[in-house]
Amino acid sequence: MNLTLRIWRQKDSNAKGQMVDYKVTDISEHMSFLEMMDVLNEQLVNSGEEPVAFDHDCREGICGMCSMYINGEAHGPDRGVTTCQLHMRMFKDGDTITIEPFRATAFPVIKDLVVDRTSFERIQQAGGYISVNTSGNTQDANAIPISKHAADEAMDAATCIGCGACVASCKNSSAMLFVGAKVSQYALLPQGQVEAADRVKNMVAQMDLEGFGNCTNTGACEVECPKGISLDNIARMNRELMKASMS
Amino acid sequence: MALDSKVPKGPIQNKWTDYKNHINLVNPANKRHIDVIVVGTGLAGGSAAATLAELGYNVKAFAYQDSPRRAHSIAAQGGINAAKNYQGDGDSTYRLFYDTVKGGDYRSREANVYRLAEVSANIIDQCVAQGVPFARDYGGLLDNRSFGGVLVSRTFYAKGQTGQQLLLGAYSAMNRQIARGKIEMFNRHEMLDVVKVDGKARGIIARNLVTGEIERHSAHAVVVASGGYGNVYFLSTNAMGSNVTAAWKIHKKGAYFANPCYTQIHPTCIPRSGDYQSKLTLMSESLRNDGRIWVPKNMDDVIAIREGKKKPTDLSEEERDYYLERRYPAFGNLVPRDVASRAAKERCDAGYGVNATGEAVYLDFASAIERYGKEQAKIQNITNPSKEKITELGEKIVEAKYGNLFQMYEKIVDENPYKTPMMIYPATHYTMGGVWVDYNLMTTIPGCYCIGEANFSDHGANRLGASALMQGLADGYFVLPYTIGDYLANDIRTGKIPTDTKEFDEAEKAVKDRIDFFVNNNGTKSVDHFHKRLGKVMWDKVGMARNEKGLKEAMAEIKQIREEFWKDVKVPGSANEMNPELEKAGRVADFLELGELFAKDALMREESCGGHFREESVELDGEQKGEAKRNDEEFAFVAAWEYKGEPADAVLHKEQLEFKDIELKQRSYK
Repeated sequence: MNLTLRIWRQKDSNAKGQMVDYKVTDISEHMSFLEMMDVLNEQLVNSGEEPVAFDHDCREGICGMCSMYINGEAHGPDRGVTTCQLHMRMFKDGDTITIEPFRATAFPVIKDLVVDRTSFERIQQAGGYISVNTSGNTQDANAIPISKHAADEAMDAATCIGCGACVASCKNSSAMLFVGAKVSQYALLPQGQVEAADRVKNMVAQMDLEGFGNCTNTGACEVECPKGISLDNIARMNRELMKASMS
Repeated sequence: MALDSKVPKGPIQNKWTDYKNHINLVNPANKRHIDVIVVGTGLAGGSAAATLAELGYNVKAFAYQDSPRRAHSIAAQGGINAAKNYQGDGDSTYRLFYDTVKGGDYRSREANVYRLAEVSANIIDQCVAQGVPFARDYGGLLDNRSFGGVLVSRTFYAKGQTGQQLLLGAYSAMNRQIARGKIEMFNRHEMLDVVKVDGKARGIIARNLVTGEIERHSAHAVVVASGGYGNVYFLSTNAMGSNVTAAWKIHKKGAYFANPCYTQIHPTCIPRSGDYQSKLTLMSESLRNDGRIWVPKNMDDVIAIREGKKKPTDLSEEERDYYLERRYPAFGNLVPRDVASRAAKERCDAGYGVNATGEAVYLDFASAIERYGKEQAKIQNITNPSKEKITELGEKIVEAKYGNLFQMYEKIVDENPYKTPMMIYPATHYTMGGVWVDYNLMTTIPGCYCIGEANFSDHGANRLGASALMQGLADGYFVLPYTIGDYLANDIRTGKIPTDTKEFDEAEKAVKDRIDFFVNNNGTKSVDHFHKRLGKVMWDKVGMARNEKGLKEAMAEIKQIREEFWKDVKVPGSANEMNPELEKAGRVADFLELGELFAKDALMREESCGGHFREESVELDGEQKGEAKRNDEEFAFVAAWEYKGEPADAVLHKEQLEFKDIELKQRSYK
């Protein structure tokens, strides 16, 4: 198929960006979206132009690096996939595809479609861990029985890949699904109880400091999340925060 | 320089404990004055950085991704082995040790493998304490599954995302130390050279991938944890950015590179669909528990299927060749990875491949669906169930076991694997070879360490499933933090290493000159053009089966591609900005050198062992006719290569392997 790509080009974080149109031809429906971008970039290199910078790495939907906003949706039109798992069969011949970076105050553009997500790093550093020394001696793993239900629910929360689609999809640029998932993973496990109150307070404070917005229960984040992280995690984070503020 | 593995004396089960009791320690007050650089933040690098920082060292960690959490360890699916014997099925440290040495086709160092097995149990304790949500049974205790090549159930897992959860555990430990200021994290940075001062590794030159700035970083020791080099094949299951650069740079500065030809080609990957393909996707080995592998018996059917005139489901049982079951009746579809891969290649080379490229075989779940369906019908007391009912019940069980994998397959291939067999083909997955290290995990450069997949030490010529995660975490959490102290104990009075010295000047200049060359070369071909050509030579001549003629050709061809690359490569953009093409150019330049050494190593090793199959070295008669033939008399050694300029001129050093605790045997799966 032949396509028109309308892509956000921006030289660096200080430059003013703009949408630029490109044509690509003979795109196979079996290509992944990023392979289609490879075709475009090879074309640009061969014609002496600068290729489009975009983040990507594992190309199997788990590293969370790829981050495009395609036709108004984070990771494009399919559900439960990252951009690298999106296939061109979701589009048809003659389509114009609009490709933008994830947009949020806390995710400044570095170049073209690449954004800076280190705000997520700082939220994790504020409390997204259990304070146990790795070099120390711990008790036997089976000394702490954990109900299968709690373990499975913690796993569902922990499956978040930190891509930022929730933020990009939210009209308030809220990071609550991301933070809620991390808070939930530990809140559901006995190992996380000791530091639970400080953890949620510190992570939420850092989230606010980074300039992420609040949650108004629209639920777009849950729809666009490639890993199906549930809104329940936001509710759980709010409960944990309430509990922590009252204790 | 003679190779000294520094394996401690004494019985194998006491070596590590005795060793720890006698090494030099650095007191906590002095650790504050010592800096350590860790390159790479996967399971090995991430766990090492966190642990070293907890101990009190000042750590600088580097990752080319925008977060340590994105290192490719994250993509590991199946699980992590540990000799916990929670299932009471007779597992022990010795058994894990034995399985790993045997699985590696007797080409790994016994003492290192024993230590790995010994610390494995503690890894699980550690990860649980960190909040890693491993799968549990209804009693709340940890669940296990079993993997290929072993007779016990010792694999711990977190759904199909074990690597992700373990990496997030190490990442959380890192975050705690970053917050305390004990780890300084450099995201989007790439190490481009190591700096040696008085023969010791004392720092690195790194490029800030956002600004293009070239930076100097000094330390008392440098730890390279940069993963494997499977992308030398262009197509592999590695991440797009996975590269050999850090390992290759230390090789060029004096670290020997061991067994580069030991590569694992994983049998169950989704086949290539066209020339645009950028990577290959692995489907977990666990699928072979229930899937049967076959190709059509008759060439007419192959052609009809390729032309779309027939569907695989149209073929009767008699018209199918279940070639693994035919060749290996004892192990059937569950033969080890290297054997399964070669058998698929054999059928496809003979012309029986079932897709347009001729490189695919079927992995069929119909029998399993029927078997599970009938079982369920009995359990649910359904008498005389219809065929449809059986299929429906069976599909539910298969979905519960492999649902996420089936969904992944369907998204990529656009076919429903419940209704029609999957197509699979082998792909490059893991590299057992790597930088040579001694028992301390130190390379032949003093003060330069190498851990995880980047080193060579634990998997011999073939790695068993669920062992990569185990090794990465063992090295980072439990081995390196001890062994590095023994070396750093001599550095407590050294003081900060200055970066305004001639050694740093020279290293930085070399890095800058190379970058300037790339952006000013104005050639006519893209970096990918050369990478794809290299990959094709590697796959065709240094792939699943190798012979003398092909390897000699490969060496000459790779040299030729390398020369063309340096003349004609085109890198758009400038040096002082984010420039992904420039990053790729540097990585491919190193792959073009490694590729030739890889072929040279394969040429030297005139035996078949593990993932390395030489067509000249096969059993000629008897029950094992046509199978790989190892040659213990001449080749029971580690091949460690010393850099001498051109890859073809590399000098071979042998570390003889001694097997005192395990008897050498031929692997048989008939």
